[in-house]
Amino acid sequence: MAKILAVDDSASMRQMVSFTLKGAGFDVVEASDGVDALGKAKGDKFDLVISDVNMPNMDGLTLVGELRKLGDFKFIPILLLTTESSMEKKKEGKAAGATGWIVKPFNPDQLLKTVNKVLG
Amino acid sequence: MSIDISQFLDTFYEESFEGLDIMESELLNLDVGEADEEVINTIFRAAHSIKGGSGTFGLNAVADYTHVMETLLDEMRSGQREVTQNAVDVLLRSVDVLRSMLLSLKDNEELNHDTITKTHEELKILLRGENNSSKPTVSDNAETRTAPQEKTSGWTITFKPNADMLQTGNDPVRIIRELDSLGDISVEVNTDQLPELELIDPELSYLSWTIKVSGDVEEGDIRECFEWVEDECELSITADKVESTSIAKSDVAAPVSVPAADERREGDRRKGDRRTSAKSTSKKSAESSSIRVNIDKVDDLINMVGELVITQSMLSQIGDSEEFDNAALERLNDGLTQLEQHTRELQESVMRIRMMPISFAFQRFPRLVHDLSSQLDKKIELVLTGESTELDKTVMEKIGDPLVHLVRNSLDHGIETPQVRLENGKSETGTIELNAFHQGGNIVIEIKDDGAGLNHERILAKGIENGIITTEDKLTHDQINDLIFAPGFSTAEVVSDVSGRGVGMDVVRRNIRALGGTVDVKSEAGVGSVFTIRLPLTLAILDGQLIRVGKETYIVPLISIIESLQVNPEMISSVTGAADVYKLRDDYIPIVRLYDIFGIEADTTDISESLLVVVENEGKKIAICVDELLGQQQVVIKSLETNLKQIDGLSGATILGNGTVALILDISGVMQLYQYSGKTSAVTGQPKIIAA
Repeated sequence: MAKILAVDDSASMRQMVSFTLKGAGFDVVEASDGVDALGKAKGDKFDLVISDVNMPNMDGLTLVGELRKLGDFKFIPILLLTTESSMEKKKEGKAAGATGWIVKPFNPDQLLKTVNKVLG
Repeated sequence: MSIDISQFLDTFYEESFEGLDIMESELLNLDVGEADEEVINTIFRAAHSIKGGSGTFGLNAVADYTHVMETLLDEMRSGQREVTQNAVDVLLRSVDVLRSMLLSLKDNEELNHDTITKTHEELKILLRGENNSSKPTVSDNAETRTAPQEKTSGWTITFKPNADMLQTGNDPVRIIRELDSLGDISVEVNTDQLPELELIDPELSYLSWTIKVSGDVEEGDIRECFEWVEDECELSITADKVESTSIAKSDVAAPVSVPAADERREGDRRKGDRRTSAKSTSKKSAESSSIRVNIDKVDDLINMVGELVITQSMLSQIGDSEEFDNAALERLNDGLTQLEQHTRELQESVMRIRMMPISFAFQRFPRLVHDLSSQLDKKIELVLTGESTELDKTVMEKIGDPLVHLVRNSLDHGIETPQVRLENGKSETGTIELNAFHQGGNIVIEIKDDGAGLNHERILAKGIENGIITTEDKLTHDQINDLIFAPGFSTAEVVSDVSGRGVGMDVVRRNIRALGGTVDVKSEAGVGSVFTIRLPLTLAILDGQLIRVGKETYIVPLISIIESLQVNPEMISSVTGAADVYKLRDDYIPIVRLYDIFGIEADTTDISESLLVVVENEGKKIAICVDELLGQQQVVIKSLETNLKQIDGLSGATILGNGTVALILDISGVMQLYQYSGKTSAVTGQPKIIAA
């Protein structure tokens, strides 16, 4: 089954994302910020990365840029979790190399729908 | 698949409260005018997380509220908005409101909509700036949906990805597959741009597509498939047979949802009035909250239980053996010794779980000092030391209010105004120091200020005015200081908002005493005052001396016992009336007969046949008359209040090794009972046994 890296500094969001995806049969690795995620990404291969934007240590945009520099992450889909109010963040996210976004607030069904869409 | 997201709410609340604490302390760190970008970022992130989480978990009131805060902070972060003191104050108030909102939601209580609306308005005004041109704040969660459209028979799409579209992880195949799920599609691929095989860069996209979607499909749905790649491709979508294309996004939905929300708010407010205030809510939920335990402590515990299991199996082996000889007896003794040791270690480990660093109690003070010093026009620096000193969670919760009172007191009465300080050759800024450390089995908390110190003349005048002392009393320096803890004593000429109304230092002392602790003050005029609180590390366990009076066994806290002695009849003297005092070296100590106070029967009423246990509480001594001294042991305190009711002179009960119940004496209570029994006058040289 596809393996997903879920990145969010908020434990509740992380739990929700992880629980939802695991429930749908995905293999999920959690990371609590960009630095943590990058460390986990380096030793591993993933089919999809889902990351929050605003995080301490390393934010989501920087993370996307860093991941795209890694060979294994050059073409894999990376989705940003973003709020509707930050439309410019979507553009910034795209510019950094993100595949797309999931708009917060979202419910588990919406999350799964998007993930399934991306992973096919 | 449907998932119940409420299971993540507890985590959300917990992290939100942490986020609010961070926001509060960072807001206090903000230097108005030249704010540190990283500090604002931290505050913004916390607000942003709360907003995102609350929206996701369906707490729309919180999401709405945080939205304005977030926007404000975002503008500060990007430098569009100056960080003013007013903005910081409004944000601090909003943090408080948000905290009480979350607490109410957590406890399933009604929100206090009056304060929410008030601070929300303040935030909005701040956001709008000077001009009050009302930009309607629309609910963030109001769904914008697409207006119904005219149907077409199908769509023709031309889609030409930019060469580097693949590098954002967007696969054209995925998009085409998505379109396929909308209706019947036919796809034509255009390979014109495809170079010779050897020239192909596999990381680039060379193809373009013409896709026909037929069936009952809306343009919005098609656009959604391309949402992520709009800027990375050439895209055209045309209707095959257009009757009328109106695809404007509807603005109708938002205004409709606003009155609905207001209506709901009105309803809540009406109910809300009857509810308790936010403050009481926060207290209640703080007491029932969970604690975080360091994994090391849990490992210790598991290790200890492991040892216990080994000892248990060793003992049961002895029990199983056929013969019980001397060797077995020796092994049994060893086993019991080990058991005792492990039980004690286990007990200590368990107690450690309840220990939390005192920073939990200290963390509210930066805010408090910030607010009060601006209210009082004083300049005050707060210094916190020993924040990692550990204390039992229950003690921590209960020491909070007395600490606040003492700090407020130092702020209000201790530290002088900047002018007065300068006149007295001090620096303009006063210092309040909170310090915590362990000493023996106690934790000591000091509240130290470099203010004016206690004013002895005023204290004496007030003491005489209130009838606490008489003009004839010759009091020592310390005794005068101690007067401020006397009931009904207040030197504040005008009752101020800050130090509270009616609640005096006597209440502080009473509360601390209820925790088994003490509070003292040392002060020097013009230099400052130090309040010292001593508290037991835990309330659950007590080192006790078992005593027997008649058939009853009582426990005297070991910490209050000075000595136990056999009675020398010559040292007893009766003073005016029925009261007896015992001359111990230079002291005359009132003799307290427990059988009198508790109305029980003792072995003997002849003092010369009993033993005396001399106990001390707050510098006052009494000699308790007992029939027998039993052992000393640690006892686990069971509350009388929760099981029966509070009884004067007793602080609790415990169950002894043999299964019987023993009552634990509350020495200050016993002193009071003794005082009420009308024998106060027996003590010469002191106006009262118990001054406070």
